[in-house]
Amino acid sequence: MTGMWTLFKKEILRFWKVSFQTVAAPVITALLYLLIFSHVLASHVQVYEGVTYTAFLIPGLMMMSLLQNAFANSSSSLIQSKVMGNIVFLLLTPLSYRQFFLAFLLAAIIRGLVVGASVWLVALFFVDLPVAQPLLILTFAVLGGGLLGTLGIIAGIWAEKFDQMAAFQNFIIMPLSFLSGVFYSIHSLPPFWQKVSHLNPFFYMIDGFRHGFFGQGDIAPEISLTVVGVSFLALSWITLRLLKSGYKLRG
Amino acid sequence: MTPAIQIDQVHKSFGAFEALRGIDLTIAQGEFFALLGPNGAGKSTLINLLAGLLRPTSGKLSVMGHDVVNDYQSARRLLGVVPQELVFDPFFNVREMLRFQAGYFGLGKENDAWVDEVIESLGLTDKAYTNMRRLSGGMKRRALIAQALAHKPPVVVLDEPTAGVDVELRQMLWEFIKRLNREGHTIILTTHYLEEAETLCSRVAMLKQGKVVALDSTHNLLNRIPGKNLRLRLAATSLPASLTPLLRSQDEGHYTFALPEVAQIEFVLSELRNADIKVEDMELIEVDLEDVFMEIVRQ
Ligand SMILES: Nc1ncnc2c1ncn2[C@@H]1O[C@H](COP(=O)(O)OP(=O)(O)O)[C@@H](O)[C@H]1O
Ligand SMILES: [Mg+2]
Repeated sequence: MTGMWTLFKKEILRFWKVSFQTVAAPVITALLYLLIFSHVLASHVQVYEGVTYTAFLIPGLMMMSLLQNAFANSSSSLIQSKVMGNIVFLLLTPLSYRQFFLAFLLAAIIRGLVVGASVWLVALFFVDLPVAQPLLILTFAVLGGGLLGTLGIIAGIWAEKFDQMAAFQNFIIMPLSFLSGVFYSIHSLPPFWQKVSHLNPFFYMIDGFRHGFFGQGDIAPEISLTVVGVSFLALSWITLRLLKSGYKLRG
Repeated sequence: MTPAIQIDQVHKSFGAFEALRGIDLTIAQGEFFALLGPNGAGKSTLINLLAGLLRPTSGKLSVMGHDVVNDYQSARRLLGVVPQELVFDPFFNVREMLRFQAGYFGLGKENDAWVDEVIESLGLTDKAYTNMRRLSGGMKRRALIAQALAHKPPVVVLDEPTAGVDVELRQMLWEFIKRLNREGHTIILTTHYLEEAETLCSRVAMLKQGKVVALDSTHNLLNRIPGKNLRLRLAATSLPASLTPLLRSQDEGHYTFALPEVAQIEFVLSELRNADIKVEDMELIEVDLEDVFMEIVRQ
């Protein structure tokens, strides 16, 4: 337990020591999106009855920042320590692959939650946001952070160089997070793209999360919860398999 | 008593290349042991197998009786490894890093006194709160060694700890390692500096192309090559043909002859006199591990 706790603490400190980059910067990015999109679209779009577009946008931006930062935490820690070579300090220890997984996963979730909550706090200055079902919000936040944290571990194990990691980020994480309904309701899309969106797990994370605020969404939160929960378990299972086999970590 | 290290028939392949080809080795507790061999012999591979950074293609390795694969948690708790590459975590200072490292092994505040002792013994006190990134190469090397010792392992493996390290640090390092050995730690090291192995280690294994080609006490190995070395400075550009079989090495007028028997000095000198070659200086030298090494590697 001490071993896992130590690794978790180290992973938290690692991002906290540079919180200007790891927390403040993503919050500012989210805020820029908020200013630009709400300014451009506020008068044209109303997604739900009684919800302004700016209010609609905020949970999506929170979740998007949360997901991207949960991913960034585990993936950048792993790729950096692989490239620098200091990953051996972990590999030399008696930490089991499960402890290794849990420590990276929890730290990623915490980073995601810290960034997501910061976006919320700052956004509160601009707009009133209802909170319909707080437990749903928390559940989706934790599951979403977990899902992307796991994906970050997979990417960190797989990538051998920074540009491979960048490719993973640019070709998988970014498209999935932008095409997930952060900026729009998928009902406003043509039927084909609605179908495509239903294949994107990010869509369920964002829709379920938003449901927690407004009490309404594109689909039933039970469905979203199932999709996100099952995806999280499946990815965790894959990650644990990879870690157990020593894939790319122990030759 | 359970051996500190037990290695049975270990093979390790990288693709089609066989880096280790059937290694058998037993190292007793309390030994000061050297693993020697030319570059690429497989020393680091063997150490990485012990550490669990690599997995054997076949064969078994254990640390204090604990299999490094099946019982890896016990095995790793008992082992401290200093990697050959100078790696470090750029986010933390020396003391933070050491405390984290001990923490991974399940140790908490109760271990802090030891961490501070390691810091002091390795001359890192001034740098304890300096970020790893800002340390010089020598200081990084000390921190790397400190990290391997953070959990106070009974078996310590150092992979070329003195490569690229200045004389002062080497002295200090060996004093510390010798102290650990006196206190009961088993020490295993690889080094390029054979004289280090010769003065420090009681037993030596020589590796060549993935095989142990010699395994003996330092004393026995040194006695393996009988006789002495005769080092001469000669005013000559070529030697009489009769002397070339005895020649071991030469550099800029200095010729070193291997003499199985000391009496052969007379033969060498008379041949030189007959060839009218002037002896400018002369020295008789004991055989060292380097000679043994060259001899074995040549065979
Ligand atoms: N990960 C690896 N993949 C392929 N070949 C390797 C790998 N690690 C070591 N080798 C090869 O195995 C041989 C032994 O290397 P190593 O154990 O580092 O030697 P030493 O430490 O004795 O200099 C070398 O020929 C090296 O190129
Ligand atoms: Mg080596």
